[in-house]
Amino acid sequence: MERQITLIALFAALIAVLGLVPKFTLASGIPITAQGMGIMLCGTVLGARRGALAVLLFLGLVALGLPLLAGGRGGLGVFAGPTVGFLVGFPIAAFVTGWIMEKMRGTPVFPAAIIAAVLGGIVVLYIPGILGMSAMLDMTVTQATVSMAAFIPGDLIKAGLAAALTASLYRARPASVLSRA
Amino acid sequence: MLALTSEIRTPYHGLRAGLKMALLCLATVALFSLDSIPAMLAAVAAVGALYLVPGPRFLRGGLGLLTPVWVFVALVIGWHALTGNTGAGVVIALRLVAAVALANLVTMTTRFDDLVELVMWALTPLRRAGVNTAPLGFAIVLVVRFVPVLLDKARLLIDAWRARSPRRPGWHLGLPITLVAIDDAEHVAEALRARGGLEQTEPND
Repeated sequence: MERQITLIALFAALIAVLGLVPKFTLASGIPITAQGMGIMLCGTVLGARRGALAVLLFLGLVALGLPLLAGGRGGLGVFAGPTVGFLVGFPIAAFVTGWIMEKMRGTPVFPAAIIAAVLGGIVVLYIPGILGMSAMLDMTVTQATVSMAAFIPGDLIKAGLAAALTASLYRARPASVLSRA
Repeated sequence: MLALTSEIRTPYHGLRAGLKMALLCLATVALFSLDSIPAMLAAVAAVGALYLVPGPRFLRGGLGLLTPVWVFVALVIGWHALTGNTGAGVVIALRLVAAVALANLVTMTTRFDDLVELVMWALTPLRRAGVNTAPLGFAIVLVVRFVPVLLDKARLLIDAWRARSPRRPGWHLGLPITLVAIDDAEHVAEALRARGGLEQTEPND
């Protein structure tokens, strides 16, 4: 119990710290932040339930006014903003990533984690994200989808890094990768 | 501590956190039911007036928090202007500014601790029903502590890298930073267990 709670708290903090990593800009001029990688890691390392709990804890602290979102954003205002769909999607994405990871127990960690991170951390995350943008900004779903397409390459890089990190973590500290424990 | 609470004292600081949250919910629902440019302009002006009560310095702080919203304001108005429906775009943009600014106002004038207390209070029914809510309060404290600790450890490893390599520190440091953090978390968990742990104790409130 204590171990699970400290690991959940640690990963909530990790999402926050990854949001502080300076963003780097792709050749297309689209800035990418490491925060989404934190969401993927919650799923690939902690598994479905605990990963989603870590993300919920992180979001709760953002709502309570800590500036933990990428770019130092936070407070209740972000939940009234146009990116609210992505915030709603974060815990769902972590859950699905973790769920796929747990279902693919028979597969080696790296390939399982990359599939889980792409499906959970990109495909599943973008559905509420795009619906939220189209609702808040009164765009059609197609328009919102097109405007998000530029972020996909950066997200694929993040999924690769998250999977590599999970695989090396599994070699170094197998007991801490709860999705495989 | 890191938080978005404004250090400028305002009359709003004295209001109870629960009351402010309830008012915020009502006001946001009202904002989404209004649908004309004059009504939205009045709403934005009213929110602006709320920010002006504590003084111009507070208003500037509030405008600073709104920075990320302007991109979307430009996007929405531009998009609707292109599709020939500028009026609707202006209404949505004004609503966005008013709703976000109002929510930020609660964040800026309510202490983090008071909001945590409000959350724990809201969980009372769960506690009555026998759910142990203590771990949540504990997890909140842990995250608040872990963030600066993790940043410090990352900084140490980055310095160590810089002292030894001509190349810039990059993603190679991801694994060592995560390992240090995980080992730390396992130590914290062990220490907690050694001190009696987080198991359900007799309710005493």
